[in-house]
Amino acid sequence: MTEVIVVTSGKGGVGKTTSSASLAVGLARRGLKVAVIDFDVGLRNLDLIMGCERRVVYDFVNVIHGECTLKQALIRDKRFDTLYLLAASQTRDKEALTKEGVERVLEELRQEGFHYIVCDSPAGIEKGAFLAMYFADRAVVVVNPEVSSVRDSDRILGLLASKTRRAELGAAPVEQHLLLTRYNPARVINGDMMSIEDVKEILGIEVVGVIPESEGVLAASNSGVPVILDEDVSAGQAYDDAVARLLGEQRPMRFIDAPKKGLFSRLFGG
Amino acid sequence: MGIFDFLRARQKNTATIARERLRIIVAQERSQRGAPDYLPLLRRELLEVIRKYVNVDQEAVDVHVERDGGHDVLELSVALPERPTAGLRAEG
Repeated sequence: MTEVIVVTSGKGGVGKTTSSASLAVGLARRGLKVAVIDFDVGLRNLDLIMGCERRVVYDFVNVIHGECTLKQALIRDKRFDTLYLLAASQTRDKEALTKEGVERVLEELRQEGFHYIVCDSPAGIEKGAFLAMYFADRAVVVVNPEVSSVRDSDRILGLLASKTRRAELGAAPVEQHLLLTRYNPARVINGDMMSIEDVKEILGIEVVGVIPESEGVLAASNSGVPVILDEDVSAGQAYDDAVARLLGEQRPMRFIDAPKKGLFSRLFGG
Repeated sequence: MGIFDFLRARQKNTATIARERLRIIVAQERSQRGAPDYLPLLRRELLEVIRKYVNVDQEAVDVHVERDGGHDVLELSVALPERPTAGLRAEG
C-alpha cells in the first residue's frame, strides 16, 4: 500500500521543505521505502536541505517528458537506502508539470513498492501547489503561529476539501494534519504569540506535531543534514514525534513549555 | 516576571488580538468558499442599481448562495435605511 502525503501551507517560508525532508527521513529511518518529490518547479531546494544537490542529474520534469527513466532520476540517499529524492526542475516553464505526468510518476512509484511518497509543495495556490496536493491521501499543513500563515492554511484546507482527486471522486476526504512550526513557548506565555490551542481552534483540525523555534534548524540546512537527524536539537526530536504520530503512535507533545529562567533573568526580566 | 518589570510599559496581549481577528476573517472566508466567482461583482452592481432609488450603506446588500437539497438558491437581502431619503418608501 502506497500513501501519498503532501506537505503544504499556502504561505512561503513557513518550513515546508525543512518539514518534507525531516518527515521523509523519519519514515525511511523506520525501514519504510520513501520517495520525496520537490514540486517547486523553477526553485529547486529540497536537494540542498537533503544534502544531495551535487548528485542531481535528471529531474521530475525530465521524467514527465520522457527524457530519462524514473529510476535514473531518483537519487538514493547516502544515509538511508530506502530513501529517494526526485528533484524539481530548474526550468522557468511553470506548465512543465502536467496532471497526467504526475499521475504516471506516482503510479510507477506505487508499482515499485514505495510505502510513502512525500510531495513537497511550492508556496502559493498555483499549478505546482495544486498538482502536489491533487493525488494526496493525507496532507500535512505546515503553519506558523502567525496571522497570515494561519489564514493561508485555512485557504489550503478549503482546496484540499474541493480540488483533490479524492474530493472529485467523492472518495474519503484527504486526511488533514497540522504541523505547527517556529513555535516559541516563551512568547506564547508572554501573550505575543498564539498558542497551539488558538491555532487548533481557528483551523479546526488535529495537530500532528509542534516544532519549536530552534537554532538547530538553520545549522541543519547549512550542512545539508535534515534536522531530524540531529538528536541534540529539540526541533529534530519534535519531528521524530510527528513522524511517530503520523504512523499512528501516541506521543505526548514536548517542548511546548517555556524553559525555566535562571536567577538573573528572574530578577531582571527578559 | 522580573521585579523591575513595572518599569517597562505594559504590553498588550497581541496574541489574543490575532486570535480574534483570525476567528472573524476565517469564518467569513469559509462562508464564501465554493460560492460562484461572480458574486462580488453582482453585489457591487446591485448596490449601484439600488442606490439610484434608495440611499443605502455599502454593507446594506448581502448576496449569498445557499445549497438547498439538489439546487442552489441565490439569496439577496437589502437592508433599507430607517427613513428613505429618495422617492421610495420602505414598508416594514
